[in-house]
Amino acid sequence: MTPPVLEVQGVTKAYGDEQVLRGVDLAVREHEAVALIGASGSGKSTLLRCIDLLEEIDDGDVLLDGRVITDPSVDAVPVRRRLGLVFQAFNLFPHMTVLENVVLGPSRAQGTSREQAEQEAHELLARFGLDAREADYPDRLSGGQQQRVAIIRALATRPRALLLDEITSALDPELVGEVLEQVRELKEQGMTMLIATHEMNFARDVANEICFLHEGRIAERGEPAALLANPQQPETQRFLSRLSAAV
Amino acid sequence: MVSTVVVLGALAAIVLTSSGWPEVRDTFFSWSHFKDSFPDVAKGFWLDVRIFVIVELVVLALGLLVALVRVTRAPALFPMRLLAATYTDVFRGIPTILCVYLVGFGVPALRLSGLPTDPVVLGGAALALSYSAYVAEVYRAGIDSIHPGQRSGALALGLTPTQATRYVVLPQAVRRVVPPLLNDFIALQKDVALVSILGPLEAFRVAQIEAASTFNYTPLIAAACLYLAVTIPLARVVDRLQARDLLRRSGGAPA
Repeated sequence: MTPPVLEVQGVTKAYGDEQVLRGVDLAVREHEAVALIGASGSGKSTLLRCIDLLEEIDDGDVLLDGRVITDPSVDAVPVRRRLGLVFQAFNLFPHMTVLENVVLGPSRAQGTSREQAEQEAHELLARFGLDAREADYPDRLSGGQQQRVAIIRALATRPRALLLDEITSALDPELVGEVLEQVRELKEQGMTMLIATHEMNFARDVANEICFLHEGRIAERGEPAALLANPQQPETQRFLSRLSAAV
Repeated sequence: MVSTVVVLGALAAIVLTSSGWPEVRDTFFSWSHFKDSFPDVAKGFWLDVRIFVIVELVVLALGLLVALVRVTRAPALFPMRLLAATYTDVFRGIPTILCVYLVGFGVPALRLSGLPTDPVVLGGAALALSYSAYVAEVYRAGIDSIHPGQRSGALALGLTPTQATRYVVLPQAVRRVVPPLLNDFIALQKDVALVSILGPLEAFRVAQIEAASTFNYTPLIAAACLYLAVTIPLARVVDRLQARDLLRRSGGAPA
């Protein structure tokens, strides 16, 4: 049996005295999506940043296609080239046009020729209906459009798996739909994804599994519909009831 | 607008009616002295311009280098960081005129072969050392002001740390520090006159010599006019560049 695309084993991480991750285990298989839910500050973002090697973990292992990537001897740059990360705050480059944002990764990190990178970026933007904006600077786009460009920018490097870090949390409610629609499309096309999210309906539709992160551990995991309808752990029940009360 | 006119008018009236004004007018604003001294002062000013341009280019490069060393986090570069921090502390702490003196008279006194002895080169080097320390701090402030998410975004795309700095952080940082950089360059442009203490015949020194031989200070006013002729347009150009950049990024709408 082939190993999962992504595997997280007993990962711990502390910032000073604050223990953020206390031994997280999870796996994402090819063409599957795992939704990571949990309260703000539960460590979802930290976990994704650790997987993309933007933060160093204290203990445990992260494996990409069965190979440990968190060993100090592993060069982080080639690993990051094989993963895509989309941020809550978009992090588009404001001094570059939409097209240049999408071209930067392929042309500088992947060694694709400028011409080919532009051609592919153009096709990707067209596929998601954003080709009319490719000469614009990110400031001119709506938040939803900016985040869709950020997703396209990550896709342009042809990642093995996509990490989505609460990508709709910074958006006005009416702009959330278009972004989630784009992610649904990616799922249908077979993209492997680990998705930190607060959108439970979206998690139920898209994810093959939901993991509930609580106090630095996966407190509960399971098939989305079942877990959301019938959570077993008291922490999960409390979290979900607080969420539905808020809506 | 009205108040401006009133204030300026009052000031002018005070100056023009003062008992010493006729004398000041003759010794500082004599048209005949201005005409006579202008060609020589302008020739001297051409040396200032050349020193300024070359020193400015050196300062832009050296300042950036020092700033980049100071912001790296690689543990192996600790000695370099310490060196860069010491350099900025020392050269920002020494008055520029003292720095020109020390370099201009100290370096030739070493009598080492290979070191320049031309006072123009030494004076320029002293200015470059002094101003690079300031400019390094300006660059560093610019780099620090770029949100860490920009760097994360670049690294997440698979760029190396060097590429992230080169393509994402620096272009934004430099754009942000253009006004303070220009400020430092206007200061540098004026401080080129300090090279005169080493002897070269630049505008201020030429004007001083002329003034000393004719007992009329108008040549100094001529020199001042020449300095203004460069610094004021420089400031306007950058104002325009910035306005254009803002307009472009906000898509034509005033931000």
